Amino acid sequence: MKKKLAVLLTGAMVMATLAGCGGGSEEAAAPAAEAPAAEEAPAAEEAPAAEEAPAAEEAPAAEEAPAAEAEAPAADGELITVGIINNDPSESGYRTANDADLKAAFTEENGYSASFAYGNPAVGNANEDQVKAAQQFIQDGVDYLLLSAADTAGWDTVLQDAQDQGVQVILFDRTIDADDSLYAASIVSDMDKEGQTAVDWLANQNLETYNIIHLQGQMGSAAQQGRTKALDDKVAAEDNWNMVEQQTASWNAENAQQIVQSVISSGKEFNVIYAENDDMAKGAVAALDAANISHGVGKDVIVMGFDCNKWALEELLAGNWNYDGQCNPFQSSYIDDVIKTLESGGTPAEKVIIMDEKGFDASTITQEDVDNYGI
Amino acid sequence: MANSEKTSNAGFLKNLVRNQCFIPIAALLLLAVFNLIADPAFFKITLGYNSTGNPVLSGFIIDIINNGSELAILAIGMTLVTAASGGQDISVGAAIAIAGSVILRVLCGGNARPETLQAPIIVAFLVACVVAMLFGAFNGILVAYFKIQPMIATLILYTAGRSIAAWINNNELPVISDPKFAYFGGFIPGIPIPTPCFIAVACMIVIAIVLKVTNLRLYTQAVGINQSSSKLNGLNPEMIKVMAFVILGLCVAVAGLIKVSRVSSINYSVIAKDIEMDAILAVALGGNALSGGKFNMAASIIGAFVIQCLTTTLYKFGVSSTALPAYKAVVVILLVIVSAPTVREYFDTIMKKMKISKEVA
Amino acid sequence: MRNIHKIFPGVHALQGVDFTLRKGEIHALMGENGAGKSTLIKVLTGVYGKEEGDIFLDGTDGPVAIHSPQDAQNMGISTVYQEITLCPNLTVAENMFIARTKGAVQNWKKMNTDTDRILESLQIPARASQQLGTCSLAVQQMIAIARAVDMECKVLILDEPTSSLDEQEVEKLFKLMRDLRAKGVGIIFVTHFLEQVYEVCDRITVMRDGKLVGEYEIEKLPRVQLVSKMLGKEVDDLSDIKSETKAFQAEKGAAPVLEAEGLVSNAGIKPFDFHINKGEVNGFTGLLGSGRSECVRAIFGADRVTGGKVKMNGKDVKIAKPLDAMKNGIAYLPEDRKVDGIVGDLSVRDNIILAQQVLKGFFKPFSKAEANKVADEYIKLLNIKTASKDTPIKSLSGGNQQKVILARWLFTHPEYLILDEPTRGIDVGTKVDIQKLVLQLASEGMSVTFISSELDEMLRTCSRLIVMRDRKAVGELTGEDLNQGTVMNTIAGGDK
Repeated sequence: MKKKLAVLLTGAMVMATLAGCGGGSEEAAAPAAEAPAAEEAPAAEEAPAAEEAPAAEEAPAAEEAPAAEAEAPAADGELITVGIINNDPSESGYRTANDADLKAAFTEENGYSASFAYGNPAVGNANEDQVKAAQQFIQDGVDYLLLSAADTAGWDTVLQDAQDQGVQVILFDRTIDADDSLYAASIVSDMDKEGQTAVDWLANQNLETYNIIHLQGQMGSAAQQGRTKALDDKVAAEDNWNMVEQQTASWNAENAQQIVQSVISSGKEFNVIYAENDDMAKGAVAALDAANISHGVGKDVIVMGFDCNKWALEELLAGNWNYDGQCNPFQSSYIDDVIKTLESGGTPAEKVIIMDEKGFDASTITQEDVDNYGI
Repeated sequence: MANSEKTSNAGFLKNLVRNQCFIPIAALLLLAVFNLIADPAFFKITLGYNSTGNPVLSGFIIDIINNGSELAILAIGMTLVTAASGGQDISVGAAIAIAGSVILRVLCGGNARPETLQAPIIVAFLVACVVAMLFGAFNGILVAYFKIQPMIATLILYTAGRSIAAWINNNELPVISDPKFAYFGGFIPGIPIPTPCFIAVACMIVIAIVLKVTNLRLYTQAVGINQSSSKLNGLNPEMIKVMAFVILGLCVAVAGLIKVSRVSSINYSVIAKDIEMDAILAVALGGNALSGGKFNMAASIIGAFVIQCLTTTLYKFGVSSTALPAYKAVVVILLVIVSAPTVREYFDTIMKKMKISKEVA
Repeated sequence: MRNIHKIFPGVHALQGVDFTLRKGEIHALMGENGAGKSTLIKVLTGVYGKEEGDIFLDGTDGPVAIHSPQDAQNMGISTVYQEITLCPNLTVAENMFIARTKGAVQNWKKMNTDTDRILESLQIPARASQQLGTCSLAVQQMIAIARAVDMECKVLILDEPTSSLDEQEVEKLFKLMRDLRAKGVGIIFVTHFLEQVYEVCDRITVMRDGKLVGEYEIEKLPRVQLVSKMLGKEVDDLSDIKSETKAFQAEKGAAPVLEAEGLVSNAGIKPFDFHINKGEVNGFTGLLGSGRSECVRAIFGADRVTGGKVKMNGKDVKIAKPLDAMKNGIAYLPEDRKVDGIVGDLSVRDNIILAQQVLKGFFKPFSKAEANKVADEYIKLLNIKTASKDTPIKSLSGGNQQKVILARWLFTHPEYLILDEPTRGIDVGTKVDIQKLVLQLASEGMSVTFISSELDEMLRTCSRLIVMRDRKAVGELTGEDLNQGTVMNTIAGGDK
């Protein structure tokens, strides 16, 4: 019974994906058909369905090809095979952009044969599924294993296996608790730095008093901790920085809207909204609009967000928001550099590579920035 | 709570306590009194103007009615599902993500940032209704024909739903810029009352009429109370269960429209997160047996607003929203204890004793 | 057990019952439903307390006190119930030893070898490490018995152990019972199957209406006697009763309202033919479990009909589900009022209108006024005692609940009314009311099928009786044959 359902569901998913493709997207970095069917089924029993990056543009049907088959092009010896283990693209806009970036970069034209696998916490044990996928990739003998782990723990054995098999591991986006000899490089964002950049920018606005509504992300996540820390430190240090409300909206626009509504209804004064992602900033702005509180460049309330969604940057461009901090999802160029270095026999200069991350100011942002950095 | 004040006219109180709406109304009053004492400004409603210059009402009471709309709508469907199947649908949050995603997909026509709407909003909404009802029917068929426990059956959609929602839009996060779309979750120009309130009231009126002109109440109750007996009376219990789930699907589509309209966008992983638990809690708060059977629709709806009132109150006092579930848990425990048969019996005997002692005196 | 009394609210369930079980015998406890068999057993096993009376065990000096099933088990009284109460997903050995270890430590190896030894000694075809669920039902029953035996029981109670077993399985079970008898265990065997009693038992105790009828050696009690004792009618005084009330006789040559041919359902009855004429009252008789309810359920479409043809008033009709039957003017008052009849939490009014409302359709609810009017009418007509029409039906007494269900079906104005045990568990006054009503309805032209465990009730009301035995129609009695002797003989299977 359960099995049957799984099959049915899987079928339905594929259909949905096909329909999605049919619509055709105009975006340059079309995420295309990245729905790996295996994710929907109780993934534990199935081999991780991987797909070739080029296949995405050709026939979505190739998605279901088992990983082993996807390896075929590697036989010609010219392409570098990479196994990419990521988190589910539907997790967030950030992840969608990240996945699309990787898919666009690791193509046959660029000299790669890439297979993808995902861990999705909504379906099974994300980390466990990722570990299984990694083992499969190692068994298939990929040249490089690119990994964004769902959990920080539980990777030692797999990475040891990889090393024994001569598979180079490159971590991206997320670090893990393992000896750094087990991987070649780690490409990450520095959340503390993101927070610091934003707070420094805010300090430069030279307001008389700072009355801040602080909308936090999911408590305990790395992004929340980094972005909260800088602000907490500053508020503690300065007399004219006051925290009107500090509350987690769990990355959720609607919760943010309710929280800000509540602050407005209670009549507290505030002039800064520091939201730890764009969604929450958007929710906050909806509450401000309803109460006719002006916001944006030169207005009553400063609105700050993170993640640089394209629509958020457009809000900046229109002057409705003031600041958006980047959390760079475009790691493929960094990974590419590392692989090129390793292929030519060198070693990366630094084991941990921290990506450049910008903070955009509404008064200086350009359409070009929106196009280049919007996700 | 209220049992301490039973002193004199026990008979009247007994009737009052017996009324199913008593507990949710008492809870609502309790919260109101608490807020009145803590800060009378809680009840202040002001008429202001929003950024586009249209009149809007604001204040905590408005916040509660506004934000509680989706929950009240869901409570209607959840009450029917609970009554007919004796179980609950835990996939409504995920189903809202799907419905919302469908609406955006139709409106955007595949383009994440459309300049103009690609289809009329009503078409998008109707498509979402159909999709949500299909998913409701899927749940209902699993429950009714495959005899899977409702919570287990809906677990499938609960886990898969948000991924499905993401796939519908190709993992894109569409944003609608047309201000008309924001009317459903915000304000219609010139009308100072939030639109979700009207939608919720409309849903209540519709369900009231349906309960009046059809046998929905009798049938669902009969099936929920005694399936075998209903079958021998010519009912088709399976069909009725599926119907309850389909109606819930319709409620989900309406709630989904409000949700995506509020922010003119969607975030698949967090939209309507945990709302299923609130909807179930609303049904329970309304004094309806979660094991099915008789139900009181009005009590469920009041229950929904009690929950929103609690949420808003906690926000107002700056309680971390991560702690909200803990407070709700306390409420659930209190409710379960108050409505437990043993506790009821205990109070019944106390009341009887009091009556006797009064007669003696 | 001496002079046991048990009083439930409103019912004196056991009225001074004596019961003696000797070492090394198989003792059948017989009686129709409601006779008090299960109550007696529950008192013996400590599930119920008793108001009066003493229990003596194995020559002990004074009476023993049994307050809980645990007490009973410790004293060597074990019960194996009709439904298997073991855990199918544990192994045989685990089931044997579950909840019996003292302390938290369990010697798994010893447990398995012990289990195998016991199974072998009782010749039960199962292994200790096997999952219980993979054994056949009979073997599961035997394991349940083995578990009881291993707890060094002196008294083993088997409550309807054979109802879900086939013939070979029953044979195996009987062999085990005989072995245990040889080992000195006293076995109480509760069953409805007469054949089995005569095959395996040494002694019979018959109960009726909470009273002891008597204890008999098996050889000295022929079947007909047993049946008559269970039903409470002496074979000898049959002729007197016949004239008590004249059964309503259908007018000769009346057209059949319903004809069934080779009707068979998935409830395990043999195909049967059946017909009923306009204004006729007929009945299905037979002991409990003989298939009489299954027959009428098949007619009403309550079980899944797997074969046969049905004609209503000469026209072929297809009855696949109850609604089909209802649309053809058939009404069915089910045997189990609690499970199949009442909708407990709903009001008396809603219970009365339910069936007719379903016939009327989803979009045409009765208005409150109409419903109230109907409810008042039937409450008055059938003299239903209820606080109000808004009272939930579950708070009414059994007899009044039954009248509400009857009202529900009368309100559908059926052509053919099936009453399955309408008088069970209700007071005498109501019983008479219902019998009178049946005859009155028939005289008005309604066809009625009447099923009751009480033979005289059926003889009084029915003009034709279909006798069921072992899920098969074995005879049809009319006219002169409608007397207790013939009926009992037919039920018992002819051989005196």
